[in-house]
Amino acid sequence: MTTPLLEVEDLGVAFTRKGEPDSVAVDGVSFDVQPGEVVGLVGESGCGKSVTSLAIMRLLPERGVRVSGSARMEGTDLLTLSDSAMREKRGRDLSMVFQDPLSSLNPVIEIGLQVTEVLKRHRGMKSDAARREAAELLERVGIPDPRRRLDSYPHQMSGGMRQRVMIAIALACRPRLLIADEPTTALDVTIQAQILELLKELVADSGTALVMITHDLGVVAGLCDRVNVLYGGRIVERAERHRLFAKPRHPYTYGLLGSIPRLDAPPGEDLNAIRGSVNDNLPWASACAFAPRCPRALEKCTEITPAPELVGGRFLRCHNPVPAEA
Amino acid sequence: MTENLLEVDDLAVHFPITRGVVLNKTVGHVYAVDGVSLTIRRGETYGLVGESGCGKSTLGRAILRLTDLTRGAVRFDGQDVAGLKGEELRRARRRFQMVFQDPMSSLDPRQSVESLLIEGMKAHGLSKGPEADHARLRELVDAVGLPAGALRRYPHEFSGGQRQRIGIARALCVEPDLIVADEPVSALDVSVQAQVLNLLSRLQRELGLTYLVIAHDLAVVRHVSDRVGVMYLGGIVEEAPATDLYADPQHPYTRALLSAVPVPDPELEDRRERILLTGDLPSPAAPPAGCRFHTRCPWRQPERCDTERPELRQLDGAVEGHRVACHYAEAIREGRLARHTVEPQSFEVDGPSSAPPEHAASVNEILGM
Amino acid sequence: MVTTWANRRRTRIDDLATGRSLGADALVRLRRNPVAIVGAVIIALFILVSIFAPWIAPHDASQAFPELQEGLRPDVIPGAQPGFPLGSDQNGRDFFSRMILASRQTLLVGVFATVIGLIFGVLIGVLAGAFGGWVDTLLMRFTDVLLSIPSLLLAISIAALAARPSQTTVIIAVAIVGVPIFARLLRGSMLAQRDSDHVTAATALGVKRRAIVLRHMVPNAIGPVIVQATLTLATAILDAAALSFLGLGDGDPARAEWGLMLANAQAYLDVRPALAFYPAIAIILVALGFTLLGEALREALDPKGRR
Repeated sequence: MTTPLLEVEDLGVAFTRKGEPDSVAVDGVSFDVQPGEVVGLVGESGCGKSVTSLAIMRLLPERGVRVSGSARMEGTDLLTLSDSAMREKRGRDLSMVFQDPLSSLNPVIEIGLQVTEVLKRHRGMKSDAARREAAELLERVGIPDPRRRLDSYPHQMSGGMRQRVMIAIALACRPRLLIADEPTTALDVTIQAQILELLKELVADSGTALVMITHDLGVVAGLCDRVNVLYGGRIVERAERHRLFAKPRHPYTYGLLGSIPRLDAPPGEDLNAIRGSVNDNLPWASACAFAPRCPRALEKCTEITPAPELVGGRFLRCHNPVPAEA
Repeated sequence: MTENLLEVDDLAVHFPITRGVVLNKTVGHVYAVDGVSLTIRRGETYGLVGESGCGKSTLGRAILRLTDLTRGAVRFDGQDVAGLKGEELRRARRRFQMVFQDPMSSLDPRQSVESLLIEGMKAHGLSKGPEADHARLRELVDAVGLPAGALRRYPHEFSGGQRQRIGIARALCVEPDLIVADEPVSALDVSVQAQVLNLLSRLQRELGLTYLVIAHDLAVVRHVSDRVGVMYLGGIVEEAPATDLYADPQHPYTRALLSAVPVPDPELEDRRERILLTGDLPSPAAPPAGCRFHTRCPWRQPERCDTERPELRQLDGAVEGHRVACHYAEAIREGRLARHTVEPQSFEVDGPSSAPPEHAASVNEILGM
Repeated sequence: MVTTWANRRRTRIDDLATGRSLGADALVRLRRNPVAIVGAVIIALFILVSIFAPWIAPHDASQAFPELQEGLRPDVIPGAQPGFPLGSDQNGRDFFSRMILASRQTLLVGVFATVIGLIFGVLIGVLAGAFGGWVDTLLMRFTDVLLSIPSLLLAISIAALAARPSQTTVIIAVAIVGVPIFARLLRGSMLAQRDSDHVTAATALGVKRRAIVLRHMVPNAIGPVIVQATLTLATAILDAAALSFLGLGDGDPARAEWGLMLANAQAYLDVRPALAFYPAIAIILVALGFTLLGEALREALDPKGRR
């Protein structure tokens, strides 16, 4: 096994407010990313997947947030790095693509300037060279007529094109790690397919590792090498994608897969819905958060925190997992 | 009693684009819905699927008379609804109801659940005194899977899934025949979506409701619907029984759409062939001539496609009721036409939505440039 | 094997007998906000003082006390003395009693002017927002005209139009200044409500138009207007004081009013600046009180503040 590119260990994020108990968003999350690997973080709203990525990127506000644990990229702990050193790393060694490309691009500056800015800063390019390179980057992410597009403003482009620009900016300095937070959620299916295809290609060509954050199990199935399933701020299951989808062992993963209407299944039958909502969680500190919604819950699930286990190459956090042979 | 509950004939909704401050000048039209005909039979679920900007929501609202029609007829149970006005229209509304996408914004935050539900009953003279009303309300919230205590509470005190249940209860309180559900689950978490979908189908079985379900998620639409209509740029390009649409997609757009929907199965994802569309959706303010899809169609032919708008028609050998609007559907279906690559055409986004947002943090700012 | 947890959870919604409405929610948040409390305390003090003014004031505010002047040069205004904590004013009357009594006038003018402005503003705003079309255009052009004139200038011109300046003309002038602000604000949020999903939902349900406007649109649109009214109370007090200061109010020298007192103190600034200082401080304090409460109210009513 090669040394991992990113090693997140025991990451915890809590939001603190004066006079109120801390609200824990992420709790003891550990995972790693190998060079060139595509790793998925999947879960529903409030599972902590976005907070995890923001914590790694050091984009959480300083005030009112407590971050613990470590996130080592090639040996350097990103969480303890100085602000200026982190700024130096962001955009060059690791980059991020967000859900809403419109609000992440500066609306009053032309696309071209926003791309060349990165090139000038991190790759020390001169204006002319940066502009040429920017046009090439736009072409590489599939934007037609890139030279003319350099002078466009973000609002003159469609959502799909804007997301391509975001990807171009994120990849401008050939980072070794790209974090994509719901990059296709705001887009239509046919555009989503284009963007996913593009990400797949770029990652394969450049050897950039990708952390894909999404709520869509379908997106993960076609893209990620390994998948982490999060619930209530902790990883409940992790496995190689074929193994995970063929035999989900955690009742949450199992339930989630059963509750999605599928194109390849006969229509009309009732779905296996998971009861309750994410508001019904128990605290992880003294229980399994999923227990109140879990059809397989035992009495101890509401009393003892399930310990993480490694079962046949699969990470699992459950007292009563779905049997492997079922 | 006719078999068809709803008949829509050549319905069009064109929104004027105006410029100027005092004297509004119409400078063009957004052809949101342009010539749609469909029928929905009593007790069935008709699914309408399409991407954003295809006009599916506008069509739903036009049928409910929440948007003015430019032309066309809407017959509900034999009665022409398109021509109704004022009090007549208000009374007619009892029989067709709507479920909204965003359960938070569609519930008045200042009304308790009880007053939200009783309002509709009172508006249509269904109120039979406090005792009977209360019993009816309890029955309603119970039917959508909420405890009776929910009646005294306010929308913001519920989770998203529970709010959507309230929205459904509100639609049911006037005992409608047709429910138009516009993206009923897309604002909900995946695990909760299934609950709401199951609830909708249970209510249909128990109350004999007719549904028009509008959604962008093909898997959701196919799951709940008996028949599915696929919309592209203001028109229906294909209509088929739900199972048949997946088994035998005939329109190039449907094929692309089906191949784009991610399936949570890595085996299938790895081997399935994708039909990637290039470019963006053209602006509905300037729809392409001829077949609206020809600018992005991988099967586009040099003749007819860009000049003549295809009508929905039944192919020889296809399942009864499976209709497609494509000039070359037979040839594509039999594999006589090959796919080719399409040079992406980009479109300048223009119109009212193109105003820059008020504030946005630049990505460079975020990345610390 | 299945625990009772799910069932226990499900009953939780029944445990709380009644839900808490948005308004009640806002009140709770308001009570937790120190800014609101400071503002409310200032306003409460101010209201208490004005209600009980005749009992609090140690002397008759219109009576002159020539004995205070004893032993002083005639051009000197007497300062604090036993029984007269702030000394006398330029006419030999007890300054402290006048300050207290003046709170009544100020409150009267501020509240009346704001309430009258609010009533007409809300009326115009509701009509414009509910009907739209030419009604909206007409009413909004009218408010545009009013808004295009600086507020104090407008109040001055209206007050100057009156044949005989009086308290009433001040109230009317200040009220008219408020009308377009309330009208515009309400109309704007009414329009936002008109396009909102829940109003569409009510329409789809077949609710009558009047009920939609009165039950669903106005209650949801009125929040910012209430906040504005609180803030306007502060400016109304300032405007009224300014009008009195400029001699456009009731000129009766017997009447105690902070703005008027400030105006009259002008001539004696070098002799006894306290005559200007106390009324000015009182005006600023009251205006501050209303502003603080208004800001806190805005925060409390903001749905984003809710968790």
